[in-house]
Amino acid sequence: MTWYWQLLTVLLVLIAVLTVSAGLIWYERRLLSLVQDRYGPNRVGPFGLFQVLADTFKILFKEDWVPPFSDKRVFVVAPSLVLVTALLSFIVVPVADGIVVADIDVGLLFVLAMSSLAVYSVVLAGWSSHSKYSLVGGLRAAAQMVSYEVFMGLSLVGVVTMAGSFDLSDIVEAQKDLWFVVPQFVGFAVFLVAGFAETRRIPFDLVEAESELVAGYHTEYSGMKFGLFMVGEYVAVTLISALIVTLFFGGWLGPWLPGLVWFLIKTGLFITLFIIVRGTFPRPRYDQLMALGWKAMLPLSLVNLLVTGAIVVARGG
Amino acid sequence: MGRPARPAQTHPPLTTDVVVTGGLARRGQRLVPRIGRTVWSTLVGIGIVISHAWRSRDTIQYPEEMVYLPPRYRGRIILSRDPAGDERCVACYLCSVACPVDCIALQATTDETGRRYPAWFRINFSRCIFCGFCEDACPTYAIQLTPDVEMCEYERPNMVYEKDDLLIAGPGKYHEHDFYRVAGLAIGGKGKGEAENEAPPVDVRGLLP
Repeated sequence: MTWYWQLLTVLLVLIAVLTVSAGLIWYERRLLSLVQDRYGPNRVGPFGLFQVLADTFKILFKEDWVPPFSDKRVFVVAPSLVLVTALLSFIVVPVADGIVVADIDVGLLFVLAMSSLAVYSVVLAGWSSHSKYSLVGGLRAAAQMVSYEVFMGLSLVGVVTMAGSFDLSDIVEAQKDLWFVVPQFVGFAVFLVAGFAETRRIPFDLVEAESELVAGYHTEYSGMKFGLFMVGEYVAVTLISALIVTLFFGGWLGPWLPGLVWFLIKTGLFITLFIIVRGTFPRPRYDQLMALGWKAMLPLSLVNLLVTGAIVVARGG
Repeated sequence: MGRPARPAQTHPPLTTDVVVTGGLARRGQRLVPRIGRTVWSTLVGIGIVISHAWRSRDTIQYPEEMVYLPPRYRGRIILSRDPAGDERCVACYLCSVACPVDCIALQATTDETGRRYPAWFRINFSRCIFCGFCEDACPTYAIQLTPDVEMCEYERPNMVYEKDDLLIAGPGKYHEHDFYRVAGLAIGGKGKGEAENEAPPVDVRGLLP
């Protein structure tokens, strides 16, 4: 792979991810209002598409306020972490056959590592704000991470066992005959739940919890720093959808259409699911999330891992 | 001697059924049906949410589509005229007195027949809270609130409405009402006792019945 081709891929993935994430703001608002008997933003531009631009301009011109009581250096750095880690995860996601920024052998581990790092952004933001609501949000983020990271990793081991590789491209290639969602349905379900927790979105948005914690960890943030948290959340939604597609729904594989189109269609479907779920579910109580993680999801993923391993061994794999 | 017995309940319980949640609700239920019910209710919930995509919208697309405001809605204040087309306002200052934010100012004067009217009448709508007290206070139904709320301005001085801006051509909400036709006041063309439902004045010094 020559250097300019690699650079092109980097730019393609970066621009595509940021565009999709910005478009997601519009998509989420329109789709949520569709299922809530409303119209959503429909004034600025065709179908309100330019609403995102208007919002961006507004947020760029807002005062970039750092509270005097905050731990300033950490306070400034925290928002960038969430976006950087989410964007870094994308370098190992194969968007089509051969189109991947870095085809590293332990791609899946890299993604898991990055998703674990992302929680630092939330915890540090909550800690450095020196505000009780932010602190409670950050604390919840830490405890929530401890609860779901375990079964998130374990749910993917079944996929790795069947594919025999941590490389995401190899995992997609291994699904040529059968998507992993069929043999690994339990793993898929567990990873889906973990994905909602990872993106800190509505069934598990305890760190934000606007009905209890004002805005949770980003209570004290305003202007583009708050915007970074927002964009980071949407990048994370795109990332988790892309990961679900890559790991369980055959990535770019599909008949007739080119691989990139298939990947985008499948990812879009899961993004839609994320938004519909946001419109459906209430937020569980804090201990309920922990109980779900430790008492249901963890044993489930362990059993799934054992059964998968037994079958693979029995087949002489 | 214990405490007095609890009085008999005179009304039915506030909820018809007691909702049991938590461990109590789960007691004695098998695990697999419970998981099945939970998953099923989750899917049904998503289905209901998706089905809302086909319902009619609740939003009113405001500038193109107007919201219905009832005739008695308290919006922009106007000064009405009686059926003959004359000003109803008699410049009694009651609206100005009643106004809790002091947004109404006027100056009384009289015409050649002795009929009072405001020389000028000014409402500062940037102060007005649309409480309707002026309308309540008005003895002649002159000042009325209308179901019009679209009165935004770019310049604050434009919110001050003068008499020309306030006066409308018609009688407003009370089509037949004419204050001078029922009032006992003698005014140009109408003497004492010539109003509707009014007897001629009695000469209290006269001896005849």
